[in-house]
Amino acid sequence: MEPISHVNGAAIPFGRKNVDTDVIIPAHWLKTISREGLGQGAFEAVKTEDGNVFVDPQYEGAPILIAGDNFGCGSSREHAAWALLDMGLKCVIAPSFSDIFSGNAFKNGILTVALPQEAIDRLMEVAQTDPIDVDLETQTVTTPFQDRYAFEIDSFRKHCLLNGLDEVGLTLGKVGKIAEYEDKAASGLPFLAKTVASAA
Amino acid sequence: MTENPRTLYEKIWDAHVVDRQEDGTCLVYIDRHLVHEVTSPQAFEGLRVAGRKVRRPDLTLAVPDHNLPTTARIDADGKELPIADPQSAQQLSALKANAPDFGIRYIDATDREQGIVHVVGPEQGFSLPGATIVCGDSHTACHGGIGALAFGIGTTEVEHVLASQTLLLRQSKTMEVRVDGDLSPGVTPKDLILHIVGVIGTAGGTGYVIEYRGSVFEKMSVEGRLTVCNMSIEGGARAGIVAPDETTFEYLKGRPYAPKGEDWDKAIAWWKSIATDPGASFDKSVVIDAADIQPTVTWGTSPEDTVAIGGVVPSPESFADASKQQAAKVSLEYMGLEPGTKLTDVEVENIFIGSCTNSRIEDIRAAAKVLKGRKKAANVKWAIVVPGSGLVKQQAEAEGLDRIITDAGLEWREPGCSACLAMNPDKVPAGERCASTSNRNFTGRQGPGSRTHLMSPAMAAAVAITGRLTDVRDLVEIQA
Ligand code: SF4
Repeated sequence: MEPISHVNGAAIPFGRKNVDTDVIIPAHWLKTISREGLGQGAFEAVKTEDGNVFVDPQYEGAPILIAGDNFGCGSSREHAAWALLDMGLKCVIAPSFSDIFSGNAFKNGILTVALPQEAIDRLMEVAQTDPIDVDLETQTVTTPFQDRYAFEIDSFRKHCLLNGLDEVGLTLGKVGKIAEYEDKAASGLPFLAKTVASAA
Repeated sequence: MTENPRTLYEKIWDAHVVDRQEDGTCLVYIDRHLVHEVTSPQAFEGLRVAGRKVRRPDLTLAVPDHNLPTTARIDADGKELPIADPQSAQQLSALKANAPDFGIRYIDATDREQGIVHVVGPEQGFSLPGATIVCGDSHTACHGGIGALAFGIGTTEVEHVLASQTLLLRQSKTMEVRVDGDLSPGVTPKDLILHIVGVIGTAGGTGYVIEYRGSVFEKMSVEGRLTVCNMSIEGGARAGIVAPDETTFEYLKGRPYAPKGEDWDKAIAWWKSIATDPGASFDKSVVIDAADIQPTVTWGTSPEDTVAIGGVVPSPESFADASKQQAAKVSLEYMGLEPGTKLTDVEVENIFIGSCTNSRIEDIRAAAKVLKGRKKAANVKWAIVVPGSGLVKQQAEAEGLDRIITDAGLEWREPGCSACLAMNPDKVPAGERCASTSNRNFTGRQGPGSRTHLMSPAMAAAVAITGRLTDVRDLVEIQA
């Protein structure tokens, strides 16, 4: 995973609320067995709307997306995060995110920043003409016009994002504790600790 | 030692914490992992690249469901028929190869036990009360109906569970949805959960695990509870759960993977002990009166867009919040509906009875009861009934339900996800409506341009007969 500490550049002023995962990447794109190339299918339906921001050359390759409330609701498909990554996005700013989506985004090194609607409104305006700066180290979003918004992030997530740490590797470092749990479960909760081998 | 009163969720959580980090994130043990073909190839690829193994193949079960066509899978000579769509075929064969490569049990598309993961898990007794269950699919919440803490995960998490049998999680807040009283005759668990999602909204449960409590759930069958918990995700919650009770134990006993002998007795004792303690508090509580619930359908493109069948299509102005007004306007345009139209005047051309929400034997029975001795309306062009598993199919056929269904002019198909998300060839044509027993009515969900109305199996069967949205109680006599 790429470490991420600072994102600076054009921000796509999308702003829509309740953007579900079918909008981010429609189901017919889920048939791939690889993580790459999904950017093409990202926001497929939105891209057919008149005057949409995704086909505007001004925002081509932009690293930031600005959206409305409840971004990423719907299915657990991680393809949504891969699609955003494949589009070149590194950060999504919205008033709130669905739990599963923000987890998936984080695991793929995409920073999700939750800010109040007033801040979003202002950033939408700035993004029409100017770049936006997101600094993970100091947990702030700034604009060239002295706007400055602080955001919260879980300290573990921050640590992993800053260092590009892979969660699976981190967890396997605790394999002793996992084995200990399994021993305990085998006697305490034997019915959960195994499945019947003879089952069909 | 006297302990603080805890909820069911908190007890399951506490029993599964392997390690607690300083910041409160916990490494949580996973008891059962269901794997299907869509969200697993990249996880297996990740394991291979890193040279990792599956830690507990014995706690993992793989079954294909999303891409499978629901037409015949073997020809007259018993030979497996090819999958026409090359991408679907590629995903399916990846699972078929990955499972044995990593030592995982695999149910093949041609096996009688094959079905939708969320139907297969409980049916096989693989899903158990008090267990932590995950699958790379948001409707894993379904298994909460059996009393499990079950939730959907993304592909990187699938890889994490395969490699370590654990997940890194933060504990959720607790929410109680209490429904006391009796559901009116003709009102089903599906109507109930559509009503609940309508009340709490699609973000109402975000950050919470819901426990469904009250006499309505106590009296409900396990299959009904699976239907309710299935759509917890539509209410924004990661999981929904109903406390295991005698009904649950009765349902599980003797199923292939269910514990046996001494383990079964130990299991029952523990399962009884994990119910929410008297005096335990929830972070949020929603109380619904069962008597308020009518057969319910959706009118828009969000599962919260619900309305009782006796009502009319709402006008955007009827919503308080400006963004909801805007969303309603867009929805109505997409759905081709005029505010004020009586729902029962809306004509429907397609019927889909199936999906992990409503494809179990009770659902097929409910649909067959309405279809019995009747014929599909002339304007209904496409009507399919897709059982949730090969075993449901077998049971339905043993009861003669398939004949009732085909005599009424509907098609009886092979098990799978089918038109729920239309990854396979079962799609609703653009601009046409579908009365669907699935769980999502998102734009394009059942095929580009498709217009979905969510409802119960009995209601969808009634629509098949009349060709328009219908109150099933007007069609068949419902006994109290
Ligand atoms: S039936 Fe539908 S909701 Fe259920 S697992 Fe399949 S695609 Fe997902």
